[in-house]
Amino acid sequence: MQELINLFVKSIFVENMIFAYFLGMCSYLAVSKKVSTAVGLGAAVIFVLSITVPVNYLLQNYVLKEGALTWISTEFAAVDLSFLSFILFIAVIASMVQLVEMIVEKFAPALYNSLGIFLPLIAVNCAILGGSLFMQERNFTTISEAGVYGFGSGIGWFLAIVAIAAIREKIQYSNVPAPLKGLGITFIVTGLMGIAFMSFMGIKL
Amino acid sequence: MKALHNFIESKLKPPFDEGGKLHKYWPVYDGLYTFLFVPGHTAHSGAHIRDGIDLKRTMNTVIMALVPTLLFGMWNVGYQHYGALGIDATFFEQFLFGAIKVLPMVVVSYGVGLGIEFLFCVIKGHSIEEGFLVTGMLIPLIMPVDLPLWMLALSTAFAVVIGKEVFGGTGMNIFNPALLARAFAFFAYPSFMSGDSVWINTSVKEGQAVVDGFSGATALGDLATTGATNYSPLEMFLGTIPGSVGETSVLLILLGAGLLIFTGIGSWKIMLSAVVGGTVMGLIFNTFAPYALSPEQQAFMAVPFWQQLMLGGFAFGVVYMATDPVSGSQTDTGKWIYGFLIGFLAIMIRVFNPAYPEGVMLAILFMNTMAPLIDHYVIQANIKKRKKRAELKTAGA
Repeated sequence: MQELINLFVKSIFVENMIFAYFLGMCSYLAVSKKVSTAVGLGAAVIFVLSITVPVNYLLQNYVLKEGALTWISTEFAAVDLSFLSFILFIAVIASMVQLVEMIVEKFAPALYNSLGIFLPLIAVNCAILGGSLFMQERNFTTISEAGVYGFGSGIGWFLAIVAIAAIREKIQYSNVPAPLKGLGITFIVTGLMGIAFMSFMGIKL
Repeated sequence: MKALHNFIESKLKPPFDEGGKLHKYWPVYDGLYTFLFVPGHTAHSGAHIRDGIDLKRTMNTVIMALVPTLLFGMWNVGYQHYGALGIDATFFEQFLFGAIKVLPMVVVSYGVGLGIEFLFCVIKGHSIEEGFLVTGMLIPLIMPVDLPLWMLALSTAFAVVIGKEVFGGTGMNIFNPALLARAFAFFAYPSFMSGDSVWINTSVKEGQAVVDGFSGATALGDLATTGATNYSPLEMFLGTIPGSVGETSVLLILLGAGLLIFTGIGSWKIMLSAVVGGTVMGLIFNTFAPYALSPEQQAFMAVPFWQQLMLGGFAFGVVYMATDPVSGSQTDTGKWIYGFLIGFLAIMIRVFNPAYPEGVMLAILFMNTMAPLIDHYVIQANIKKRKKRAELKTAGA
């Protein structure tokens, strides 16, 4: 139990998807103009990450890994399908995103319109695939670990995009030099936020 | 005074006036002139609040609140130096040694920072903003005394350009520039910013040597590595311990805090809630100390909460940095949350993160990133509340 809590805290703060790995920057930069939209996209990312990482964990352990197929028959002990992992992971992610898209369109059409193309583009958000690949690389031992990791990374990403959206709303009134307006200043702020998040790096849990 | 005024008006001013040769540098002239005299131009129309409080006076008040810590810091630098060498020195010698070490830092910080500020104002063509006055004083106070001056200059430049000017200058920045300067130096030159050898100047002349058993670590550094420190609570309170130049004396920081609160320039809400946050976290650590992962950490967690509040830069950060009206939270409710989390996180980072015994700097920077979000939700909640009230009223009518 304690390990799960540690993993959760770590994936939010210490190994934040944005500030530690700089993953998922495209939608992070593009959809962070308003807090309300950012909250919507962040929630979608939390949902997709916390479903896809455990599902991909099952795929990894019962289909892809070398010897994973032994549950069908011992003849498959030498089969290694891990070269398929990218395509399978992406397929799972894409179907999840499709699901989210249908839900959002049905229940929050205003949000659906403001997110625009970036909602379907969650499918190619590097943070999402990154979550699954980190899961594969770190050899999580239980599905609950994978689930907690996915959920925690999602929350970390959510926190990052909501914080930058609030900052961007605030610096609308700042007299930013013309060449830096828009994306330029957002990149600078992201870097400075990265410095602030350094406070958690190195914490051993 | 009058003669000086006349001289400036008649001889120095004309070239800077519109059409004059040096009109491009008007901001420089204006900035220096308003330091000396009250400007003669007044507002032409509309109602105006008649109060002399402007940016310059605000900044000057903060500087006055900083002066005691600066003077004490100078003395303490000398005191620690002669203490480390085991030499008996008079009060005056100690102070003089410290002044020789600290004053160049102040000069470099102001020189570089104001230089860049003037440059930007000339390019942008607006008058000089006084925002750097306080930052320039804070930067030397939060650096270790042995930091090479060029590093100080570089971090000041970073703070002013990336921390402030790219956002449009004074009052528009997201992060506290002085803290950014320290964070920059901390991550760029870690060996000059932490460890045992930077806090006390131990430069020796011929025939001098550092005394046996000398440890240059700060009280916090001691606690983070071994879980114990040789300094007594009274020493921590008075500030006769190693540390950044201005951060050691809790007593004089409290004095400064009194001035800031009395003049209404620093927010007492932030200070109070930060102390409460630190206390809560300290008490939590005290309670859970037996469950710590290692004996050192256990000892560190068991440090009484009131000592945690006096250690390191906690008091200095809370009083002078967290209350920065620009980068902090701006709503009243937001201030309580903001301050509380600063205290809470500062103590937490300090104990949990062995890499950074000085957690206050990063806690404040972290809360600077979160302050706009807190404000956003406080404002939204208020809007919702008032909307509901208005609806009730119309429904009742």
